[in-house]
Amino acid sequence: MAHSTTDNDRGLKSYLTGFALALILTAIPFALVAVNPLPKLPTLIVIGVAAVIQVLVHLRYFLHLDLTSTPRENLLAIVFTAILIFLMVGGSFWIMLDLNHRMSM
Amino acid sequence: MTADAFVAAGGPNADEPAMPDVYAQRAFGFWLYLMSDAIIFSLLFATYAVMARNNAGGPTGHTLFSLPNAFGETLLLLLSSITFGFATLAMKSGERARMLSWLLVTFVLGLAFVGLEIREFHGLVQAGAGPDRSGFLSAFFTLVGTHGLHVSFGLIWILIMASQVMVKGLTAPVTSRCLRLGLFWHFLDIVWVGIFSVVYLPGIL
Repeated sequence: MAHSTTDNDRGLKSYLTGFALALILTAIPFALVAVNPLPKLPTLIVIGVAAVIQVLVHLRYFLHLDLTSTPRENLLAIVFTAILIFLMVGGSFWIMLDLNHRMSM
Repeated sequence: MTADAFVAAGGPNADEPAMPDVYAQRAFGFWLYLMSDAIIFSLLFATYAVMARNNAGGPTGHTLFSLPNAFGETLLLLLSSITFGFATLAMKSGERARMLSWLLVTFVLGLAFVGLEIREFHGLVQAGAGPDRSGFLSAFFTLVGTHGLHVSFGLIWILIMASQVMVKGLTAPVTSRCLRLGLFWHFLDIVWVGIFSVVYLPGIL
């Protein structure tokens, strides 16, 4: 069972790496909001960037997505979903911000 | 992987299809469900972002949200994600008792998360900041409540899978169901990353 042992070791390493990265990427934005050393806009940008990286960390180390071993259909589905989300969320913001602008809000 | 190709792969024994293929198809079907769930959450996020400043003269996130509470919920969910990972590893190496104990740890962490969230919602409603107070609070309760409901269903699913592992053992169908539960559980942690980054941190700031 040497094969499955090394597989398991690799799996354990993947979860622990993901956990450590996720912990760091959670601590940074929470610490920034708690201590508040930066102006508002840079803080929001750091929160956003840390969130995007953390989502990628979760996909890579917890859901084990990667470009070689994950079935092609699954990757196509996630790309299609990303396009739908971009259209629907982006479209909503476009319409609502434009509406606010025209209503002088 | 069309239905035709699938039947063709089964050949003369099409009514007894090759099992790994069935599980791969089920994993893909569940993946499609998760993608549609991701779209639901994205639109709830968009609704919240549009409504976030419409507090109708009522309380804002700055006074309502608690940073320690949000941090505690985040840690509980992140810990439960990795303990579920440990359960998956134990399952893959066929260690049933170890898998069941990690599932139990995951369940307790998830239950603590739901407990914190119910306490938070209860406090908000008591303080007159229920979902009927303003557009901001309606969107907040809808987004965070939908996530909490998903976690609660995940908890029920964990109990069901734990009992299946106890009764049936680590058979192929049980293992494949546990893998799909893992996808669901890790997915909910990803949604939570969005919630604390879009709702709590900017709200408290």
